[in-house]
Amino acid sequence: MKLTIALFGITREIVGRPTLELTTPDGKSVQNLLAELRQQYPALGKLSSLAVAVNNDYATDDTALHERDEIALIPPVSGG
Amino acid sequence: MHIDLTDQPIDITNALQLAEDDGAGAVNSFIGTVRNQSTGRRVVRLDYEAYDSMALHQLRKVAEQAQEKWPMLRQVVVIHRKGTLYIGDVAVIVAVSTPHRAESFAACQYIIDTLKQVVPIWKKEFYEDGTTWVAAHP
Repeated sequence: MKLTIALFGITREIVGRPTLELTTPDGKSVQNLLAELRQQYPALGKLSSLAVAVNNDYATDDTALHERDEIALIPPVSGG
Repeated sequence: MHIDLTDQPIDITNALQLAEDDGAGAVNSFIGTVRNQSTGRRVVRLDYEAYDSMALHQLRKVAEQAQEKWPMLRQVVVIHRKGTLYIGDVAVIVAVSTPHRAESFAACQYIIDTLKQVVPIWKKEFYEDGTTWVAAHP
């Protein structure tokens, strides 16, 4: 499957693009996605936290990802 | 419930009016503004970036959680800015109304504290000599 991952804030600057596209087996877990991205972009591993959102909600480590999901990387938020 | 994310200046008077309710004897508000220094550096301006759809969804969830915790809550107003802001600009307003004051203080604080933890909005500070994404690094 193809995943499209939206990037915001510092993650967009680290990757250098507003979205990332990955081809990967269906049902990949959030934990595996993060491990792969941290390997590819070591600067992501230096953030205070890095969450994944699926369809506008925070996902847990074992959430399985599917092609139609709206996926985003969520670096530490700082609103308010 | 009135939840908004806007690139236009926040109208405080209007936000407070939206929070008023005939059944409420208390309107409590928190107004977050842009200050001129951060961790000892002079701030010139800042940029707020939001993941709009998720930010609105999470703001609504925070407001709903507050209504569950304080069922007497009448109105909840949360308006957050995005885009470029300068010193003194209003970045966020939270306003709630309740029959009595104690719950209005508690609910207002809960909403702003939780917003700062979970809502996908990011602040980039611009100093005289550089920039930082706030809270990004330990």
